[in-house]
Amino acid sequence: MASFNRVIADLKVFVRGYTRNKVGLFFSLVFPIILILLFGAIFAGGGGPVNVYVQNQDGGLASTMFLKYLNNNSTTTVTLVANGQDFSQFLLAHSANQGVFIPENFTNEYISHQSVNVTVYSNPADTSSPIVVETVGSIISQMNLQGAQVMYHVGVQQDNIKSQSYKYIDFLIPGLIGFSVLTSPMFSLVNISSEYKKTKLFKQLSLTPLTKTEWLTSKIIWYVVLGMISFVIMTQVGAALFGAHLDYALMIIPFLIIGPLFFVSLGMLVGTISKSVESAAVVGNLITFPMMFLSGTFFPVSQMPMYLQNVAHVLPLFYMIDGLNQAMIYNNFGQALFDVEVLAVLSVIVFVLAVVFFKWRED
Amino acid sequence: MSAIEVLALEKSYGELKAVDGISFSVTKGEVFSLLGPNGAGKTTTIEVLEGLRQRDAGQVKVLGDDPWTKGYDLHKKLGIIPQGFTFFPKSTPREAVIYYATLFGVKVDPDEILKKVILEDASKIWFENLSGGQKQKLGLALALVNKPDLLFLDEPTTGLDPQARRNMWEVIRGLEKEGHTIMLTTHYLEEAEVLSDRVAIMNHGKIIIDGTPKEISEKFGSGERLEVRGDEKLADHVRQKTGLEVSYDKGLVSVRLRDKSEAVSALSSIDQSGLPWSDLRTRQDSLEDIFVRLVGGTIEEEGTFSQASGAGPQDKGTRAKEER
Repeated sequence: MASFNRVIADLKVFVRGYTRNKVGLFFSLVFPIILILLFGAIFAGGGGPVNVYVQNQDGGLASTMFLKYLNNNSTTTVTLVANGQDFSQFLLAHSANQGVFIPENFTNEYISHQSVNVTVYSNPADTSSPIVVETVGSIISQMNLQGAQVMYHVGVQQDNIKSQSYKYIDFLIPGLIGFSVLTSPMFSLVNISSEYKKTKLFKQLSLTPLTKTEWLTSKIIWYVVLGMISFVIMTQVGAALFGAHLDYALMIIPFLIIGPLFFVSLGMLVGTISKSVESAAVVGNLITFPMMFLSGTFFPVSQMPMYLQNVAHVLPLFYMIDGLNQAMIYNNFGQALFDVEVLAVLSVIVFVLAVVFFKWRED
Repeated sequence: MSAIEVLALEKSYGELKAVDGISFSVTKGEVFSLLGPNGAGKTTTIEVLEGLRQRDAGQVKVLGDDPWTKGYDLHKKLGIIPQGFTFFPKSTPREAVIYYATLFGVKVDPDEILKKVILEDASKIWFENLSGGQKQKLGLALALVNKPDLLFLDEPTTGLDPQARRNMWEVIRGLEKEGHTIMLTTHYLEEAEVLSDRVAIMNHGKIIIDGTPKEISEKFGSGERLEVRGDEKLADHVRQKTGLEVSYDKGLVSVRLRDKSEAVSALSSIDQSGLPWSDLRTRQDSLEDIFVRLVGGTIEEEGTFSQASGAGPQDKGTRAKEER
């Protein structure tokens, strides 16, 4: 019979050991925050306007209007380059990817309805270049229409699918929660299970009334608690520093329980069937790393090529992260429920396998 | 009633016969030692008794039960220090005792148990920072938590310095006085001699002899030895002149006496050698002398061993089960 007291006693000893080990604590609590800061900072700047160098040889009314449009929109800002400089040399010297050149008699030609060109320098390899070409193009056509005194018939109104737009950080937080629910139990259980086997600690525990299931249960309880703590920290940090919009739906809770259950059992299974500490680490990494990158942790799975998306759909972490996304961003609880069910079935299988293969004693 | 009964126990690892048909029994209240060099099969034997390993053949009863099939219930009545005892590195001895008490569902005073094994001063030090001797004492403390009917100590002092070893002996002697039944393995002769009521000397998976240290000395010992301080030349001289069995080790010349009269001839040959000598004394053959002769002989010269142990039949005749 499983004993609650024994589970709690084992949990106490384990948690003490865990919290007294600074490195382990760092990896499970601080490391995910560092990842949020890192990825948040990298991609938060991604939406800002693109800097465009402009040399204006003209200085008349039309070119001033053009510059006003180019400067006062959400996608581009203008940095003026003095007229004495060789513009293409300047762009090279400043490693600039985009520049716009306005010729001397631009205003005169525009007013007198003569054709005149602005030159757009761009780098096809740079992702912001098409934005600049696009923006300049639309300013020019607007100026052309104005010059021709044409009435607008068709306009474009922008709207997003949800009332608020998603930012990268919104996807990143559930991804990183999944990441920490995967990594901290996996790495630590793979290590513990192979290490205890080597130092014969399991053998010693087998001499007490503690059972394998009780031992594993206490680990699962701890990683559920740890997962919840890091969930709160990560969502708070994400919201406070990067303005992530996340809903605290009740649907999140089953993920935070089943996720650790799955990865604790998986880590145990890997550690227990491996012959040595070293081979356990190798097998553990072979399982962990592909899952870490292909399950939508750092970027949405939908951005990947189709064949990789198919791969993602067999990875358990995908269902964890997809479920969290559905619950926290889209409020799509039907899909989240499906994800939870997939995870639950996998968890039961892996848990049973871990208990069966896990040997206290050898023969 | 016997605490342990072993009959024709066998256990092999692949080709290697680690335990080759041994039989013995341990009565309640006695301290029984399995003594032998590394690789003799002591740990395999004790692990079979503890229910950690499955035997290949033979009968084993520990407190009346089969340790392999009834292990889970049996462990509640056993106290065990496995070889190379270890614990969670960042737990203190006090926490460890409380942990074990909860696992066994018993109420204990952790300070009292730690005091019994002389570990009260280290009760709040993390396991990873304890000395080797303190770690082993914690193992002993944990083995005592469930007030066991039988204690298994697998090489309880291996790797400890002489001071820590004597300290540990003191603790084990205290438990003996309380009437605990203890089975221990060791490769230290002095340990077996100091601690045990009965000793079985094991080598190559077989028990060569068993009995009380005194019985073994009487049966297999040479009786008395005459010893003087001197050099190796002196040892050679005495051996040549008298034809007696003379051993030399670190400045000690030791002559085995089969007869009192040999003492006189040994002494006169020492005197006539003209070589310097001092510190004359006589003493009984210790377990160590017998061990070196029996076990050492097996390793170095097969002939010496079989002669000394009286070959197979006599070996079987002295087995524990037939004596009792």
